[in-house]
Amino acid sequence: MNITRRHLLILLPAAAVAWESVLAGTPEEAPNYKKTDHWWGMLIDIPKCIGCGNCVRACQAENDVPDGFFRTWVERYHVEDWNLANPEVISPDGGKEGFPSVAEDSNGKYFFVPKLCNHCADSPCTQVCPVGATFISPDGVVLVDQTYCMGCAYCVQACPYGCRYIHPQKRVADKCTLCYHRITKGLTTACCEACPTGARQLADLKNPKDPIHAFLKTHTVQVLKPQMATGAKVFYNALDGSVR
Amino acid sequence: MSIFRDAGHLFRLAGVYLAGTLLFLVVRAVVVPHSFGQYGHYRGAAIAEIAAKPLHFAGHQTCEACHSDVARTKASGMHAHVNCEACHGPLAKHAADPSIDPGKPDVATLCVRCHAASAARPKDFPQVDADQHADGVPCNTCHQPHSPAIGPASAASGGAK
Repeated sequence: MNITRRHLLILLPAAAVAWESVLAGTPEEAPNYKKTDHWWGMLIDIPKCIGCGNCVRACQAENDVPDGFFRTWVERYHVEDWNLANPEVISPDGGKEGFPSVAEDSNGKYFFVPKLCNHCADSPCTQVCPVGATFISPDGVVLVDQTYCMGCAYCVQACPYGCRYIHPQKRVADKCTLCYHRITKGLTTACCEACPTGARQLADLKNPKDPIHAFLKTHTVQVLKPQMATGAKVFYNALDGSVR
Repeated sequence: MSIFRDAGHLFRLAGVYLAGTLLFLVVRAVVVPHSFGQYGHYRGAAIAEIAAKPLHFAGHQTCEACHSDVARTKASGMHAHVNCEACHGPLAKHAADPSIDPGKPDVATLCVRCHAASAARPKDFPQVDADQHADGVPCNTCHQPHSPAIGPASAASGGAK
């Protein structure tokens, strides 16, 4: 085969482009999953939560979360009607084994609030990362690149919801991935899979057929700490004003 | 004329500057991960790495592909919307290799986790004081967990015996 100077000049940049993609490797992703077609969030229906702790245990099993650390946890609020601003909040071991039974309180109310990363659209945690190890994926999930994180914990301090921790063995930031390895394969998250009452529902805000749209139109839905303008995407139905 | 007398210095300076720039570009090309900046100020390949993590929960669709009989029983009962692994635990390994024994859930701890009476639970959720209700008799003596209501339908599917 004769390669003329003209051919070589054409081939060289082509080879350079091909080498780029060789170096980048072939990413293992589910076929038919297009990142730009999704915008993930979650719906939490507080009146349905029974405080069983299934979500907390499921999350720990699915994501190998170390004991004493939580990517999701459940809080039980006890709000007395004369003291709305100072609720009593408990979360024994993150609510992993449920909560102690209580008798009816004639002066107040009890309810459960499951918490997790809010996968904020304008997340404070990704903005403070000095090395670009945490980011919002094109489908709206806040993730941590643990091979790139150096464990400075700026993000742990920046999260207004307390959803991040430093992994005790890996010494890097860890948090809810919204089960990214599941939702990209068409499955729901481990917590939603394990929730017996449907109190937690994965929501794809970019999918017009997702039931979240009908729900948001017809219910009183709130996000946590709306005054912080984080663009939180975990929507709480019937959220009490006392919840912090 | 005299301005250009020491022009050699400037050429050497320019040479050092160019060498420095070249060194910077080479080091940068080596240390910056290849996919950095693919989608934003982060390593684009990290997304695929996170997406490739192994599953522990198989998902109820996978369970129902084989256990369609249980799925039918469940569909008509009170536990229709409770997914398999909510009680049975994560079983992706069993789904991948059915010879792995999934084990039986322990009803003594399982049922009360949701159904033990507590004023903190929603009022319309079925709750019992287990000691008064059953006096130590295991729940599945009377209730068939896949369709827990006690009645002809439940008895037919292997509930009350």
